[in-house]
Amino acid sequence: MPAPDHRLTTNEMAQFVADGYLRFEALVPASINERVIEELQLLYTTKMRQLVESVGLNPDDVAKTPSVSVSHPESLTPLAECYPPPSILGEMLRLPEVLGIIESLVGKNPLFDHDFVHYIPAENPRGQHLHVDAVIDDQQPSFDIQLFYFPTEVAPGAGGTRFVPGTHLRHTRAEGVARYQHLLGEQRYSGPAGTLLVFHQGLWHAGQPNPSQQDRWMYKIRLNPQVPQVRLWNTEDFEAIHNDARDHTFAHMRQDSVANTFRTMQPWQKGHEARYEQMERARLWRYLSGDEQFDVDFYHTRIEFRAGVNEGSAS
Amino acid sequence: MKRQQILYLWLAEGALDTAVIGWAFFDGAKGAGPLLPESEPPYSTGLAALEDGWFMQQSPSPYVLHPGAEHGTSYLPNEFVFERTVEA
Repeated sequence: MPAPDHRLTTNEMAQFVADGYLRFEALVPASINERVIEELQLLYTTKMRQLVESVGLNPDDVAKTPSVSVSHPESLTPLAECYPPPSILGEMLRLPEVLGIIESLVGKNPLFDHDFVHYIPAENPRGQHLHVDAVIDDQQPSFDIQLFYFPTEVAPGAGGTRFVPGTHLRHTRAEGVARYQHLLGEQRYSGPAGTLLVFHQGLWHAGQPNPSQQDRWMYKIRLNPQVPQVRLWNTEDFEAIHNDARDHTFAHMRQDSVANTFRTMQPWQKGHEARYEQMERARLWRYLSGDEQFDVDFYHTRIEFRAGVNEGSAS
Repeated sequence: MKRQQILYLWLAEGALDTAVIGWAFFDGAKGAGPLLPESEPPYSTGLAALEDGWFMQQSPSPYVLHPGAEHGTSYLPNEFVFERTVEA
């Protein structure tokens, strides 16, 4: 549950770093969910026609796509200028609860990267391979977020997005993860209308077949930070749970710390790989918290300490 | 007529007797041969697949750790590939 000012708590931020996503059940009210479908249909048609005309060379496809166009933002537009009133999508994006989540992760006014309407009609048998959006990302700790907004209820098995918690920090090519048909702990989204998933840019995911009788609508928007993503959330609980480098499984281990959240692995993260996952999580938390000495189980610290010894600067 | 079935298993460690964490199945027999469950791991370990008649085709090799990239994570490292032939 976010803090009273709608920003995320330190605990939620740590969970995002560990899992690569957060889920907000039925966050968007019915008054928006029920009115937004018509706008999503228009946006979907607009974007599909644009795609067909630019990259789909089959004139039959163009003919099959209705000629409609609705206003939608260009990349690099500040989020506050996207979808002005009377847009229902804009109404959703400007909900205090949604703005609080966005501000916590990428700052008050991130840039619009792109969006898309992911429509899976009823009885659609096609699914995607697992993938990461965009291309291979470099290893700087800053990150984009993607909001996945489901305006209608999605029943289990009815085309809800498949995703693998904890995969976001693995450095892979976008299409290189298609080989993984099944991973322990993977999820297939289902949930009530108005649910919002917030993904780190690197989370592995895929669209699913929709054998149900209900069309599935989902709106996805990618946002780029304009500011360092350092302690942008509600930090009232920060001092209570942010640990120092001495929080060590094989020495003294806290049960209530950020490090302890980072020790919790996904079912597919068995074996010694977990240690490298911890190091990646610690690296991202160093960036987010501004604490360059942060660590989980001493993996970074002992290496850095030895580097200091080699340079003759260790105290 | 013989057809090939391919099974990928991703294991928790580099040893064949460690736990399955992921799997993929490709069936050259188009369903005419024995199939595998989809919603749960078909085997608990790589060794269990051998014991059920699969033949290993590929196991992961240890790799050189490049300076500066020793701790990074990327693709799942412990990928084992198996095959069996079935009558179709």
